[in-house]
This record gives sequence, C-alpha cells and structure tokens, in this order.
Amino acid sequence: MSGTPKLWPDDAPQDKSPSNASSGKARTELVPVELRVNGQARTIAVEARTTLLDALREELGLTGTKKSCDRGECGACTVHVEGRRVLSCLILTAMQHGKRITTIEGLEQDGKLHPLQAGFIDRDGFQCGFCTPGQIMSGVAVIEEAKVGWPSAATPDVRKPFTVADLSHPEIRERMSGNLCRCACYPNIVAAIAEAVPTG
Amino acid sequence: MHPFAVSRVNDVAQAVTVHARDPHVAFIAGGTDLIGLMKDRAALPEHLLDINGLSDIDRIEPLPGDGLRIGALARMSDVAANLGVRRRFPMIAEALLSGASGQLRNMASIGGNIMQRTRCAYFRDEDDGRCNKRRPESGCAALHGLNRNHAIFGWSEFCVATNPSDLAVALAAMDAIVIVQGSTGERRIAFTDFHRLPGTTPERDNALDRGDLIVAIELPGCVEARGSHYLKVRDRESYEFALLSAAAAVATDGSHIRSVRLAMGGVAHKPWRLTAAETALRGIRLDDTAGLKSAIATSFTDARPLAHNRFKVELAQRIALRALQTAGARA
Repeated sequence: MSGTPKLWPDDAPQDKSPSNASSGKARTELVPVELRVNGQARTIAVEARTTLLDALREELGLTGTKKSCDRGECGACTVHVEGRRVLSCLILTAMQHGKRITTIEGLEQDGKLHPLQAGFIDRDGFQCGFCTPGQIMSGVAVIEEAKVGWPSAATPDVRKPFTVADLSHPEIRERMSGNLCRCACYPNIVAAIAEAVPTG
Repeated sequence: MHPFAVSRVNDVAQAVTVHARDPHVAFIAGGTDLIGLMKDRAALPEHLLDINGLSDIDRIEPLPGDGLRIGALARMSDVAANLGVRRRFPMIAEALLSGASGQLRNMASIGGNIMQRTRCAYFRDEDDGRCNKRRPESGCAALHGLNRNHAIFGWSEFCVATNPSDLAVALAAMDAIVIVQGSTGERRIAFTDFHRLPGTTPERDNALDRGDLIVAIELPGCVEARGSHYLKVRDRESYEFALLSAAAAVATDGSHIRSVRLAMGGVAHKPWRLTAAETALRGIRLDDTAGLKSAIATSFTDARPLAHNRFKVELAQRIALRALQTAGARA
C-alpha cells in the first residue's frame, strides 16, 4: 500500500530514523515557548505534546481555565488567542510562540470585573460554576464577533450584512452552542450576554 | 497523548519535501481533528509539521468569472464571514456556519476541514476494536453493529462510514477544485474525485499521496451559485455532525429550473452528487412539488440502507426537496 498515510499504530514500519526531529529524544525534550498571557510576558518550557490548557493550568498556575472533556466537545477550556475564542485543549503550546493569550483571570481591569462577569452574577448565569470561565470567555467573543458583522447558523439570510443589533436570543444560543452547562443555566447565560451587548 | 516532535516550516516546497520523505510526519494547521485523533490514538504521528507560518495561503481572492480562490490556511470563521463568499456562494457560508462551534471555526483551516476523518464511533473508539479504516484488515464493526449514522450509498463490506464535513458537501455541489502541491509539482483535483469510496481500502479517505499539501480550493463561478442553500439535519439543533444534509444550487428562467446542482452529506463515504436528479429536474417548475419529488427520487433507486438507517432514504429526499426549494427562492 504505497502512498497510504502511515499514521496508525499497526501501519507504522519499525524503521524509526528518517529525520532527527522524529528521534525519541526530540519527542520528549522541552521546548521553550514565549507567550504574552493576560498582558504579561511568560516563558515556559514544555513538551511538544503539552496542550495550551495544561500549560495554563500546570505551568502558569492559571486554574480558572477548566479541563473537562479534553476533546473539544464541551467548551470549558475556552480562552482567547490573539483576541479570538479557541479551545485550549486542542492547541499545542509549542505552536503558540509569541502569541497573545487571555484567560478568565485577565478579563478584569484594575480590580473591576468585566461587564459580562458582572452580568453573570446579576443574572445568576451559573450554579456549580465549572463551565463559567469558558462560558464568559466565549460570551465576550460572541459580542466582538457580532460587532464585526459575523453571521451564524441562526442568521436568516447570510447574504445580508449582520450588525450587533441583530444579536437576538436565538443568535446568542446558536453562537454559544459550543459551551455546555450541566446545570443547564442556559436561559440565564443567554440573558447575561444579551444585556452585555452594547446598544446605540 | 503519545510523545512527538513539532517543528515549524515556512516554505511550501520544504513542507512537501519533509512530508514526502518521512512516513511519520503529519501536517498540522488548526489541529481540531488531528489532536482529537491523537488523543483517541487513531493517529500516532511522531513529528508534526506546523504549516501555519506558510505565507500567502490564507487569503480569499476573487477569480475571473465570479469565482473565488480560498487559501488552505483560511479559517472556517473568516471564510464564513466573508461577504464575497456569502453573496456569491451562500451555501458555502451556510455549510461552514452549520459545522462545529464558534471556537472550533476560529481554529480549523479550510484545507484541514476537507481532510477530517469520519466520526464513525467504531473508528474513534479508543479501545481500538474492529475498524478497517483505523486498522486495515481488522473488519468493520459498524456493518452489523450500530449503523444509524452510516452510509446508504457507495459503501462496501469493508467500511460503511460517512464523511463528516459539511463544507465538502457544498464544495462537491459547486464543482470546486482542490489545488495540491506535491513532490511532482502542483495538481488540480476535481472535488468529486478528491474523496474516495471505501472499496477494499477504506484507510484511504482521499486522493492525496505522501508529500501532498493542499494549498487552496478554487470555486469556479457558475450560474447556480447565487441561488444556493445548505440544509443540515441533526439530532441536536446545533454543534453536532450531520445526520443528513443537502447542498442545492439552482438557476431558473423565473419559474422553471434551467439547471441545478445537488449534493448530499451523511449518505456516503464521500459527498454524494445526485446526478440523475440533476438531469431529471431540468425544466420542472419550482412550485411543482410532485414533479420535484419524483425527479429527486431518480437518485435514490440504488440506495442500500443498513439495518438502522432505512429512514435516511425517505428523509434524504425530503431534505433535498426543501434545500432545492429554498435555493430556488433565492435564484
């Protein structure tokens, strides 16, 4: 079967020295990575397989970002990289050199909660709180995405321009579908985000 | 995850060379499928080649004749938000927005999207059971197992899995072209030839060989593109792979169909063009529901449902009809 991608265990030939980078040493050695996390320059050394989620929690002590499914299914690990919401459990830290990362710990400014953090409290947008950091990081991004005119699967006609004024409850529900809440606080989460949308 | 190395490559030719000479190397862009496969031990590359530094292959550019060229590293969210894509090829934006979640769409690249592997639960199973796609010649647990989500067209005794990409269905309908850089230079692969049927080698999803790197996808302009729609049906309303989906694009003379493009997802190992229906639909009035139905039915005479997905044969035709009517209203 020449030409078949050899990426599967029983499929892989035993010859293991085609390149230096694939040697056993290279696969476990620590890679230095410089990040800008919540406005601070941080340098850490991680294995290539270390996810951004594990680096944030284990290397940088930022345990606000939660580890739940670890498979990109629940959204609990949502952070912002270069201002965009992403799933830190599916990101390799070694690929983030020089990137600007924001976690839930970086949202408050001068001891004052981000409006959406305050909104989750006002609207009772959580019970156990485990999914909340991911919900809030996602919600902050949902508003930013709407501001720059991104449509969603809930948008009736994608051919037309979208504005933040179109960010209805059904729009918010669709845009937040990547964040699961076992306590099912969804109505209050949607309400908190809707109230944080700038008007006028 | 198993230990592996990762290195960055900044030049397409170098990326192709490194990949071509080492069977343990895998390209990584967004990583949204690959990292999941690695966590499930369904892919065990020893060396990841980070291609995110490759320049000039993340752009969305117009082509002559109302077409578009989408760079392979463009992110799903950027392509879906692009007004040119939304106006010229609404079904492409709709297909992208119907897939994954906001977070994943920010990460996943267009090239990676069409490379994603099946969501067949037996293939993804960490316990590494019988799956010819995961482990050649180990058998197919889905053939006589739980196969509600599986194929009704084009399957073999070796594999009954479906392709999970929404985008791929729309690209098949639009006769997109995959631009590939390989060891022997650049190749242009017609989208309907990109993904394979399983046959006796389901471990191969597509036409790519070692050393091949997708650099762009071209969408040629066509008369049906602006009157197009992507309809996805699933067990949850959002953030779920398709049970079935239809991509329809129509050109009309005001009331009758002049030409139509129809492709379906969730029915086969590759996006499935309804070519018989496309021919039969020409000349039919868009408000002649019975006529549309019987024309669509011509593509389902060779459907071969499995034990748990017989319902798909009827449901698929209803979805094709609804997608066609919505597209027709835009034409």
